[in-house]
Amino acid sequence: MSRAAPTLMRRIHGMMFKLPLMITCEAFEDFILAYLEDELSARQRFVFEMHLKLCRECREYLAAYRASLELAKAGGKAPEETLPPVPDDLVKAVLDARNQ
Amino acid sequence: MEPDDEAAIASIAAGDRPATEDFVRKHGPWMLSVATRIVRDTHHAEDAVQNAFAKVFDNIGGFDGRSALKTWVHRIVVNESLMLMRKANRSRTVAIDELQPVFDNNGCRIEDRWMTMETPETLLVRSDIRAQVSGKIDLLPDNYRIILVLRDIEELTTQEVSQLLGISEANVKVRLHRARAALKRLLEPLVRGQAV
Ligand SMILES: [Zn+2]
Repeated sequence: MSRAAPTLMRRIHGMMFKLPLMITCEAFEDFILAYLEDELSARQRFVFEMHLKLCRECREYLAAYRASLELAKAGGKAPEETLPPVPDDLVKAVLDARNQ
Repeated sequence: MEPDDEAAIASIAAGDRPATEDFVRKHGPWMLSVATRIVRDTHHAEDAVQNAFAKVFDNIGGFDGRSALKTWVHRIVVNESLMLMRKANRSRTVAIDELQPVFDNNGCRIEDRWMTMETPETLLVRSDIRAQVSGKIDLLPDNYRIILVLRDIEELTTQEVSQLLGISEANVKVRLHRARAALKRLLEPLVRGQAV
């Protein structure tokens, strides 16, 4: 694994992100959820995507964020057909409570 | 409502034991898995499922079929699990702040370069992946973990989560994003292909 971007590169980015229609990575971070849920205005999306084009760190970050989210969604629960049956004593407890 | 469901509901409402048992065996497995994800403790999860069945049977006569039966039961088991979640013993959790993205004082992201990235498809064929992912999710503190579980895994809406937990939708979104960011960090060794 290589190291994070060197300080000089980040300083140049820092100046660039102060230009009109530019946002910092920190501001970009706050837009990620709304971007993924398609809740940004057209202008906000433009600004977001512009940052994404210019900033490798955020591009990689977002790709990893999405990969991790996909893993959580797919890996977080087992497919229903693989689940074990309900323990018999639980079935009995439910039925007995019902018949009281 | 599916015809199957309709017949089952009528029999259960009438107190038919075999129909009730069929229902418990059919829906119990996924209900138990939902409850386990929320309370993270088998014993409390079984209690939550038992309570949920009691609620379902008490109210099944009045089930109006406006949502799918499964959706209705799902909401009930989520609710019962949330009530028991706070009672379950918490194991080790991580500090959420330490897993948030880092920026320098220009607001520039400090992120290790991604040389390779495993795709979720590749990772998901691994037999241990579910245990790994669930294990990482379980490390998140409850007030973040529960939002990620409800939104991303149980697929509730932001509005539903906000109502269930009694917090604002804005708060749900902030915590969801922070939980996802923390989980990204925890799953990084896997996604970078470095995990054993
Ligand atoms: Zn950036």
